[in-house]
Amino acid sequence: MAHTLPEHPAKLWRNPEPKRSYDVVIIGGGGHGLATAYYLASEHGIRNIAVLEKGWLAGGNMARNTTIIRSNYLWDESAAIYEHALKLWERWPDELDYDFLFSQRGVLNLAHSLQDVRDSVRRVSANKLNGVDAEWVDPDEVAKICPILNTSHDTRYPVLGATWQPRAGIAKHDHVAWALARRCDQLGVDLVQNCEVTGFLKDGDRVVGVQTERGPIRAGRVGMAAAGYSSVLAEAAGFRLPVQSHPLQALVSELLEPVHPTVVMSNHVHVYVSQAHKGELVLGAGIDAYNSYTQRGSVHTIEHQMAAAIELFPIFASAHVLRTWGGIVDVCPDASPIIGPSPLEGLFVNCGWGTGGFKATPGVGSVFAHTIAMGKAHPLAEPYGLERFTTGALIDEHGAAGVAH
Amino acid sequence: MTANSERLPEGGRIDRTKPLRATVDGIEILGYRGDTVASAMLANGIRTVAPSLYRSRPRGILGAGNEEPNALVRVERRGSSPMLPATTVELTEGLPVHTLSGIGALEPNSEAKDLDTRFAHTDVLVVGGGPTGLAAALAASEGDARVLLLDDQPELGGALLRGTDAELLDWAGGAAELLRARPEVTVVSRCTAFGYYDENYLLAVERGETLDRQRLWKIRAHHVVLATGANERPIVFAGNDLPGVMLADATRAYVNRYAALPGSEAVIATTNDTAYEAALDLAAAGVSVRAIVDSRAEPPEDLAAMACQAGIEVLADCVVAEATGTDSVAAVRIVRFEQPRRTVRTIRADLLAVSGGWSPDVGLFSQSGGKLRWNETLAAFLPEHSRQRQHIAGAARGRYGFARCVADGRFAGVSAAESCGYPAPDSPLRPGISERATRVETEQRPVWIVPAETGKPAEWREHFVDLQRDATVADIARACGAGMRSPEHIKRYTTIGTGSDQGRTSGLTAVGVLAWLRGMGSPGALGTTSFRAPAVPVSFELLAGRDTGKLLDPVRTTPIHPAHRELGAEFENVGQWKRPWYYAREGEGMHEAVLRECAAARTGVAMMDASTLGKIDLIGPDAGEFLNRLYTNGFKKLAIGSARYGVMCGCDGMVFDDGVVLRLSENHYTLTTTTGGAAGVLDWFEEWLQTEWIELDVWATSVTEQWSTVAVVGPRSREVIGAIAPELAVSNAEFPFMTVRETVLGNGIPARIVRVSFSGELAYEVNVANWHGLAAWREIERAGAGFGITPYGTETMHVLRAEKGFPIVGQDTDGTVTPIDLGMDWIVSKRKDFIGKRSLSRPDTARADRKQLVGLLPDEHGTLIPEGSQLIGEHTPVTPEVAPVPMLGHVTSSYHSAALGRTFALALLRSGRERIGQTVRTPVGDRLVSATVTEPIFYDKEGARRDG
Repeated sequence: MAHTLPEHPAKLWRNPEPKRSYDVVIIGGGGHGLATAYYLASEHGIRNIAVLEKGWLAGGNMARNTTIIRSNYLWDESAAIYEHALKLWERWPDELDYDFLFSQRGVLNLAHSLQDVRDSVRRVSANKLNGVDAEWVDPDEVAKICPILNTSHDTRYPVLGATWQPRAGIAKHDHVAWALARRCDQLGVDLVQNCEVTGFLKDGDRVVGVQTERGPIRAGRVGMAAAGYSSVLAEAAGFRLPVQSHPLQALVSELLEPVHPTVVMSNHVHVYVSQAHKGELVLGAGIDAYNSYTQRGSVHTIEHQMAAAIELFPIFASAHVLRTWGGIVDVCPDASPIIGPSPLEGLFVNCGWGTGGFKATPGVGSVFAHTIAMGKAHPLAEPYGLERFTTGALIDEHGAAGVAH
Repeated sequence: MTANSERLPEGGRIDRTKPLRATVDGIEILGYRGDTVASAMLANGIRTVAPSLYRSRPRGILGAGNEEPNALVRVERRGSSPMLPATTVELTEGLPVHTLSGIGALEPNSEAKDLDTRFAHTDVLVVGGGPTGLAAALAASEGDARVLLLDDQPELGGALLRGTDAELLDWAGGAAELLRARPEVTVVSRCTAFGYYDENYLLAVERGETLDRQRLWKIRAHHVVLATGANERPIVFAGNDLPGVMLADATRAYVNRYAALPGSEAVIATTNDTAYEAALDLAAAGVSVRAIVDSRAEPPEDLAAMACQAGIEVLADCVVAEATGTDSVAAVRIVRFEQPRRTVRTIRADLLAVSGGWSPDVGLFSQSGGKLRWNETLAAFLPEHSRQRQHIAGAARGRYGFARCVADGRFAGVSAAESCGYPAPDSPLRPGISERATRVETEQRPVWIVPAETGKPAEWREHFVDLQRDATVADIARACGAGMRSPEHIKRYTTIGTGSDQGRTSGLTAVGVLAWLRGMGSPGALGTTSFRAPAVPVSFELLAGRDTGKLLDPVRTTPIHPAHRELGAEFENVGQWKRPWYYAREGEGMHEAVLRECAAARTGVAMMDASTLGKIDLIGPDAGEFLNRLYTNGFKKLAIGSARYGVMCGCDGMVFDDGVVLRLSENHYTLTTTTGGAAGVLDWFEEWLQTEWIELDVWATSVTEQWSTVAVVGPRSREVIGAIAPELAVSNAEFPFMTVRETVLGNGIPARIVRVSFSGELAYEVNVANWHGLAAWREIERAGAGFGITPYGTETMHVLRAEKGFPIVGQDTDGTVTPIDLGMDWIVSKRKDFIGKRSLSRPDTARADRKQLVGLLPDEHGTLIPEGSQLIGEHTPVTPEVAPVPMLGHVTSSYHSAALGRTFALALLRSGRERIGQTVRTPVGDRLVSATVTEPIFYDKEGARRDG
């Protein structure tokens, strides 16, 4: 008999009708929107908040990611915000009083070329100095951490080593969202589903509310946490975001007895995989090159992902793909997010998280809530303002040393 | 239980001349060709499968196809598979089967399978070989359209195979024969379409009779006909998970198709007409059918009469409230449909056949982007609007009954052929059959759940909704009580519908139960959860196909590769290429080999295979202008016969690639790129040429594999070149630096020789047509033998260029480095515009304190700082546990130098040029290593060696 998952609380949220006016309206009831509302209510004393969700709560990327949590990013600005997030992750199960299966089982980022090795050493070196747990491990140590990984020399791109972040891991994404939603609801936040924002109420250059499919809702401040739809919303508000939207696919296998003890990511062979608590393998791969809002990716991406998975994990060959799906990732030119004020007073933007959104959830919540409450960027968000695309102060996470996902 | 004890003495579509033996959990069973594992189990009296996953409740076989949630098995050899439904695995001789509780196990060394991929283009693709699909395929192929028919069973006929109507089965057999005889028709059995993507692109899996043979079909169809049929729904009542509870149509399949008895005393519970056939068929097979429990107040008279004739009692206006029994169904308690639900009867039975109505199989339709709408009469979500060129026909759109299916299929087939330009002649399919009268079905009375008489829904933990996930009405009620309203939330909270059966028997039921709990009239307003690919689980290895192992990413080698192997080279993966990394001689490691190779290049002569560098030919009157726009420096005025080094930036002003451009004639340039960057640079060129600068008359052609290149490097290289190219004037005056010469080598090979240097030494690159590559290498080797010519690999190349401070794009740059950061102000034109120029003047990009390329000399001459190491200030405390340690940059390249007799490094360092002469530190292992910042050039600063 398999392990049963922890039982959910009997009460999660009300389903209130939207009021005509709020102090703060958050657009987007995903992880970021919920976490932002949570911190606004719990740390900034703002209780008159609505989170407006066009579909069902946490049904966008929050329901579609591969649940990997880590903070071993290269650049100082990235490490700072992701490590801030990871520290909050470590507190959340108690703080939110919800067992969302946060499991710090570590992540291996594999190196397959000499340049991979240089980049990995560089990242580990930076991580250590930034106070992020990280080490470089050789192929023998890789094999000890994850025995089913093919570390033989006789492969197309042998594993030359890996970076290892022990505090990294996974969490059950849906449950995280429900934990946040429940706490938001308890704090008096109105979570309004099936309420798409179609436009903005403006007074000159100031945003004073939103137009929704359920009527206008006025707001003192508006925060955008709409992931793949951010560019559409910005367009409606009257400004453009330097964001490209792409499909990103993931998939799960049938339930399998535990076989994979950690999280493995390979940029070069290109797959990332963990085994969820129920037993399914959870895999993700590359972004589809074309722009799309459809949440549909292409088959060849899945095929490459399968080939890569079998190359690294021969034992996966006979596993089955049970379900594939796509999300929309919004990507900035430097593959780093945007957090901060928008060109319009009263409107704040959080978007462009690309493949990093889930793991940043608590960090975004705390930083974006602060930014909205104070009316200016949180120190950790300062480097992530829109102005960097004109000043050139980019935080380039997709260069040679960048690590996707 | 005895072997074949529950096998009917005759009938069925099994081949009794082909007996088979297999084992289930070590127990031998007997069966026949044509059996599934599930039918053989039933025929051998095995009705109980592995217990449920979380609650360890006894479970039996529920269905007869891929909807099966309970009867999961692991097959050990010949196509070992961690978890499959026993209802879809064909019985084969000696098959070892183990039952599973909803969780599979991967085997480390499973036997290799015979897997392949097939691509197909067709006018009309018909999915499903039941009456609808057969009719569609027949009609579509009458006008000569190319037709591909996929069916997931070993035998065509679909739902007909579960019946006993000889006339209809004959029709199906005849149709199959007719189709197979038509030259433009391809019929693929045992083939399940599982993915439906844009532009009518479908994926299907074809299985062999054994599991070790599978083929992935990738199909592009002009028009698609979906004839995917319908799935029977269960009804939720207490104890509905006990072994012995079975879908009514599945019981028909077992007795009629497999001649296997699923029980001896049966009760039928239904909401509609179809289960009457099951009742009659079971009775005909010798099962004692005790009652038909019909939710409708007035079951159709004709069916009731037939039941009566067969001695079966019909209990109208009744539902099953509870199945009871310890390990399997022993009794069925029947109640009135209307409140109060008093008990009508409790009947002893070991089989409870259930039909809760039918759900059209709209999975593929929905995947294709089609929209669904609830139909109250049929109590089902029906296809409403197609987004692609397709028809969905027959039971898949709620047209039930043979005659309607055939008519609908025929219409779809004709329309599909017409849309491809092959109008079908207007002839009836086969006179008689299509007009065959079918009785009109009586309206059903949907029952999603039969509530318990006591307690609250949140306590009904024996009312199962998803048998594989062990989820009940209590779970849905709890989710609903928690505030969840959306079926997607219910699915995630309860995990209903997430099992390997893809929720075929649970997904819609859960929506029905949710609607009931919320007091909604029907599930119509709630909608379904999303249907996603694959419609049936597909193995990783099938999708990966042959692109694994050596074919994961094909290895590229140069024509000179055999020579490298002979010389015992160690290879490095660079992009897809295998490049010689170093050539160790007897007793040498990499360190010694590289020192030796470097010394040869600096003091004598050395050679390397540079063929992997990307090469692009640019031809056209605007080639010079195009290059001017791409590179930071100018090429329009480059003299014919000359070469120039160039750097390209992205729009952000960051170095993107570099290489050498040759001008061969007025309108013909050829250029090199980095080895790994070749494809990206060509893409970049094409993007600008095709989307932005369409007015430019330039053609870009990759010639990477058309040319082989051998670099000949070192003070004695001129002598070697002189020896191999007798017609060439090689003096410095006649063949100066950065010029190109066309000549013919002494062995008759035409060659293009360029005087360029990536080492600072006198050097040449000999380019020949790639089929002459190996011969040219050997010729140079022969001519250089007297000078001790030494082959060298990428590591030596890296050391030599680093000694001169030449950066490698991708190693010393990372997409955040401008040419100015590299100290290459001289290469950035002030006069002309180029891609990235504007970005260079952005405030941050123009800062003086950016990270800049510098040299580093470790204070300890023998200490090699690992590449990638981060640099900190001389006095910066290293206390990351307190606060992040400010970093100044990192080491990009680091080597032992034979020429310098010490280690050295290149680094990107904040305000690097200002820090020259200062000390920086870097953590190496547990200690801090100090190094002095220098200019990024260590050898021959005055450039005296370039001309030999």
